[in-house]
Amino acid sequence: MTPRAPGPVRQTWGMVLRNGSAVSGLALLASVLAMTLIVPAFYPADPFDIVWRPLAPPGEAPALPLGSDFLGRDVLAGIVHGGRATLAVGASAAAICVIIGIAVGAAAGFYGGLVDGGLMRIAEFFQVLPALLFAMTLVSLFGPDFVTIATAIGVVSWPPIARLTRAEFLRIRELDYVRASRAVGASDRRLIWRVILPNALPPLIVAATLTVGAAILFEAGLAFLGLGDPNAMSWGLMIGANRDFALEAWWTVTLPGLAIFLTVLGVSLVGDGLTDALDPKRHDR
Amino acid sequence: MRLAPILGRRLLGAAALIAAVLLLNFILIHLAPGDPALTIAGGMGGVTEEILRDIRRAYGLDAPLHSQLLLYTERMLSGDLGRSLFYNAPVLDLILERLGPTVLLVLTAMSVALALGTFLGVLASRRPGGVVAHFVTGVTLAGYSAPAFWVGILLLLVFSAAIPLFPVSGMYDVRADGAGLPRALDVAHHLVLPAITLAIVFLAQYSRIARASMLDVLGADYIRTARAKGLSDRAVLYRHALRNAALPVVTLAGLQFGNMLSGAVLVETVFNWPGLGLLAFESILRRDHPTVLGILFFATAMVVVANLLTDIAYRIVDPRIRAGTAATGRPR
Repeated sequence: MTPRAPGPVRQTWGMVLRNGSAVSGLALLASVLAMTLIVPAFYPADPFDIVWRPLAPPGEAPALPLGSDFLGRDVLAGIVHGGRATLAVGASAAAICVIIGIAVGAAAGFYGGLVDGGLMRIAEFFQVLPALLFAMTLVSLFGPDFVTIATAIGVVSWPPIARLTRAEFLRIRELDYVRASRAVGASDRRLIWRVILPNALPPLIVAATLTVGAAILFEAGLAFLGLGDPNAMSWGLMIGANRDFALEAWWTVTLPGLAIFLTVLGVSLVGDGLTDALDPKRHDR
Repeated sequence: MRLAPILGRRLLGAAALIAAVLLLNFILIHLAPGDPALTIAGGMGGVTEEILRDIRRAYGLDAPLHSQLLLYTERMLSGDLGRSLFYNAPVLDLILERLGPTVLLVLTAMSVALALGTFLGVLASRRPGGVVAHFVTGVTLAGYSAPAFWVGILLLLVFSAAIPLFPVSGMYDVRADGAGLPRALDVAHHLVLPAITLAIVFLAQYSRIARASMLDVLGADYIRTARAKGLSDRAVLYRHALRNAALPVVTLAGLQFGNMLSGAVLVETVFNWPGLGLLAFESILRRDHPTVLGILFFATAMVVVANLLTDIAYRIVDPRIRAGTAATGRPR
């Protein structure tokens, strides 16, 4: 019996695990996820509750290890509970972005011609819109609910993914195995989804990872401006609300910002590691 | 291909993009919940029936949609971006008043990010995989991952509160009403922290592109020739390689203009810098829709123009693109 080579998923996974920055990124992300998904169960304090005097420094009250904010709310509760809104919006926005981007890019690259020209003009349009200003406008007209915010972020962020998908499709659709599938009568749908897309995935996975990071930063920015969902505590909201007191009470803004920073850093490290692991040119290194 | 026909096509494309933004604004006004007249009026109340009637007449809101669009286009193209009820002033005037500070902030930040990013990229390209390269990767990754507004607040905490080197907010000292050089120095003093904040966010992208582009160029034959001639490392890097590697970096700078404007919204809010971004932020809080929509339109038009200029500039700078041979690599 000949030993079987490990499958592509396993191979990739192995390469990722041998990559230092990917592993540290994954570890960072795992701790962030644990903090936002598991810890709240053990620390059920309501982040909106006023529990102490305003702007108490960390350690003043034994119950408030990270101090209180400008209204006397528990900063630790905010950090523990504030991750969910940020991560949920970030992940949904990234999903919207990737779905639009792949659909548009695949159609443009596969069909070419007028379809390509038209779709790329649309992509160009969304690329010149200043993303944050557009999202702010949408939120101010339609109100700051979860769906509007996630859609606003997704709708302004897809063109780079679409361009990347298109480029991959243009390259792959001329390869022999695609011509062969076409010759045996595979439908367009099969060619797009089953033949070309799986082979275009590696660079798209990297881009999608980085999109998650960008979407989290985007959500944090909107929340900081007070344009996030006012009923959900989030890290950006904490910084925005305490902004005027930042110079007297560093802990109210520094700590939630650190949470955002570490989350995005985790995502970026994973993206960086994936780039190395999935780029065939770098395997010899 | 000669420059003129390409230029003509680019101009047409730019005009189409601006028309599309116009259409988008129009659609947004009509999609927003409630009466379009009320959306155009904006404001947190205090809108009288009389004002609404005036708006309906001015924008022809009783007419069919297509004639409304025509009227709206006519108004916008003649420079009438609407009227802010909060300031009781034309939106265009408000925008022009705030344009200078934003352009100053964005251009300064872009220059800093470009210079520092290129420098870091060159450093990292000298020995890929070395200590310096890793350090540069770490720094840029951190810069990219940090929210701009948080970086701004941290800088304020350190360089305004703990070590009082720079002012906390605004663009100039209100107590001093100097002019000329003292005034310029005052503005520069206020500009340092916001510009650095905005630059840090974009540093990562410039240094990455610079590094990749340098690595490409450093593999070229003429670099080997330069080294073989016995030129110093520095001369090879900066005089021979960087000149050729700079183009993608400069192109990115042009294309980054829109993102810079977005970043400026956050940075201006943190530092109370009286630019377009701060105006957009304040106008949203006041539900001043005409100003918000006007800024969106104006800012997008600025990005379109910036992209157009970048395109023209690099066609002039790089003879390969000008001659239309870049794609095929051979002369016509």
